[in-house]
Amino acid sequence: MSLGKLLERIIQLVPVLLGVSLIVFVMLALTPGDPVQIMVGEQAITAEQEAELRRDLGLDRPLVERFFLFVANAVQFDFGQSYYHGRPVADVIAERLPATIELSLVALIVALATAIPLGVLAAIRKNSIFDRMATVGSLLGVSLPGFWFGILLIMLFAVHLQILPVSGRIGYASEVLTVTGFLLIDTLLAGDIAAFGEALRYLLLPAITLGLPMTAILMRVTRTSMLEVMRQDYITFAEAKGLPRRRVLYRHALKNALIPTVSVAAIETGSLLGGNMIVETVFGWPGLGRLVVESIFLRNYPLVQAAVLLYAVTYVLLNFIADILYTVLNPRVKL
Amino acid sequence: MTVLLEVTNLRTEFNARAGLVRAVDGVSLRVSRGECLGVVGESGSGKSVTFSSVMGLVRSPGRVTQGTIFFDGRNLRDLSSEEMRAIRGRDIAMTMQDALTALNPALTVGEQLAEVLEAHDETLPSSGSARRAAIRDRSVEMLGLVGIPSPDTRLRQYPHEFSGGMRQRIMIAIALACRPKLLIADEPTTALDVTIQAQVLELITDIRERLGMAVVLITHDLGVVAEHCDRVMVMYAGQVVEEGPTDQVIGQPRHPYTRGLLASIPRPALRGQPLTPISGQVPDLVGLPPQCRFHSRCPLARPECLVEVPMRDAGPGRRARCLRLEDVE
Ligand SMILES: Nc1ncnc2c1ncn2[C@@H]1O[C@H](COP(=O)(O)OP(=O)(O)OP(=O)(O)O)[C@@H](O)[C@H]1O
Ligand SMILES: [Mg+2]
Repeated sequence: MSLGKLLERIIQLVPVLLGVSLIVFVMLALTPGDPVQIMVGEQAITAEQEAELRRDLGLDRPLVERFFLFVANAVQFDFGQSYYHGRPVADVIAERLPATIELSLVALIVALATAIPLGVLAAIRKNSIFDRMATVGSLLGVSLPGFWFGILLIMLFAVHLQILPVSGRIGYASEVLTVTGFLLIDTLLAGDIAAFGEALRYLLLPAITLGLPMTAILMRVTRTSMLEVMRQDYITFAEAKGLPRRRVLYRHALKNALIPTVSVAAIETGSLLGGNMIVETVFGWPGLGRLVVESIFLRNYPLVQAAVLLYAVTYVLLNFIADILYTVLNPRVKL
Repeated sequence: MTVLLEVTNLRTEFNARAGLVRAVDGVSLRVSRGECLGVVGESGSGKSVTFSSVMGLVRSPGRVTQGTIFFDGRNLRDLSSEEMRAIRGRDIAMTMQDALTALNPALTVGEQLAEVLEAHDETLPSSGSARRAAIRDRSVEMLGLVGIPSPDTRLRQYPHEFSGGMRQRIMIAIALACRPKLLIADEPTTALDVTIQAQVLELITDIRERLGMAVVLITHDLGVVAEHCDRVMVMYAGQVVEEGPTDQVIGQPRHPYTRGLLASIPRPALRGQPLTPISGQVPDLVGLPPQCRFHSRCPLARPECLVEVPMRDAGPGRRARCLRLEDVE
């Protein structure tokens, strides 16, 4: 990757972030509900106290001024104080981030590990019963609402069969020293295999729920590109060489067929961010998604703004990674 | 010379939207050991499908529906897919019509060469490192054989790093790697410029003589056939219409279609003369009635030609599918 291209990407990021900030700012301003009112709640306070609170939070200034102030601070990585935590927004987000990243990564792994074999199988058994079932399944996968599917899983595995926990991140019994914030890693660092298993059990349902639409999409992409690749001359030539079928399928066909799958996976990982908000709420997962949802309800402006910026950066980054993966997997394209 | 490949009454059909396409209809042919058979015919006459059928590589919606394919004493149509796989690449090798798309873009040339040796070569040592070294030596040798300079570094490169002519030669190197008894070369020279064309053909002929391998050379170029092939077979609309020793067929074509083909070649001696290509179109292969397929374009056609015409003797070692052979002489 040339330095110029990297720089180009970073420069492209500037208008994106500005635009996203502006949109979120305007949307929050247009949303009915006042952070001060929500904070105060039922308590009786004087108009003076209220004005003071408003001044403290900077909400007394005009919207335009507030926006430029936000941008000026954000450029210096200062996103202000969370109204509710009394701590810098950045700290609060950093605390919640590992749970979300862990959930997303496991969802990604689950999606890749199921979508690729299913897609390949659907392609080599094109038009079979399996292929048709996979088609219907993937259609359901993209169209089922995440919260509904999540609740279904909870009812089946947690309530009815009682083999998996209902919600949360890990049982209170397992207290593990926080090193990375990723429970799967921290439990292993502590050498606590039981806690690791426990953490995994908590992860399973939310990860499946979160990964479902992605699994469906990746399966379709893999199937389509596998079918496309299987029609190519180089596959016929590989067969003409008398190679074992396994080798033709996995070394010759799949290696090419995975190029689109991997690129789409990288881009779709961005859509996990949106799914996170729903899934984390349904499963009581203490991550960023749930924090953002709560913050929106509480009109915790600084936190929402910072989180949305983070989402935007992640999105652009994932697109960038998709490009890099594409070039890495495809020897014809030069970096 | 003993017979290596004998195809009898082969029929290959495609279940297309327009109906059943009989791409190959009643083709019989014979290739002796060490011999070179040229196969010519207009585009769509069924040359590639005939030899894909021999290789057992016809894909759905296509199917071989009739005939026998005896190779080295065995009917290939009776073999299991695993037995067929063992023959492909080892005993019968093929190069594809389009060299630019025949090599896998995601694998190095070295890997694509090594894997065919890996799949078939029983003389390789079985231990890991000795085996790898032997495969490497053989790969370098094969690339050298087809005239790729500095083969050891080239093995690590991907197909897109080679020119079209070089890819053609790499494909030939892969096909020849296991010293097959029969090489099917499907238009090995199209898409190459004239000098490289000559080099590639020289290469095939040279290796054929050295290995005693038989070659089926599919081509549009009768000049190529004249120079390299012992016998030639002319195909039209899924059938063989004429077959015999090259010099005789080219010197004295008996079938009106072969005459038309020969007349359509630009010959240096006739430069400046207008070409006389055969007028008309190849018939649609869907639902063809059982009659001479060339009659609509044939200058000699008569009402009695509207019957099914068998291959007929047309001189020593020659056959042609025409009722009016006697009138042509
Ligand atoms: N996949 C397919 N589906 C339907 N018909 C097919 C298919 N492949 C080949 N055919 C039919 O088989 C006929 C013969 O094709 P083939 O490729 O053997 O011609 P060819 O003589 O090799 O021509 P060319 O000189 O252009 O390579 C075609 O005209 C086409 O109608
Ligand atoms: Mg062809």
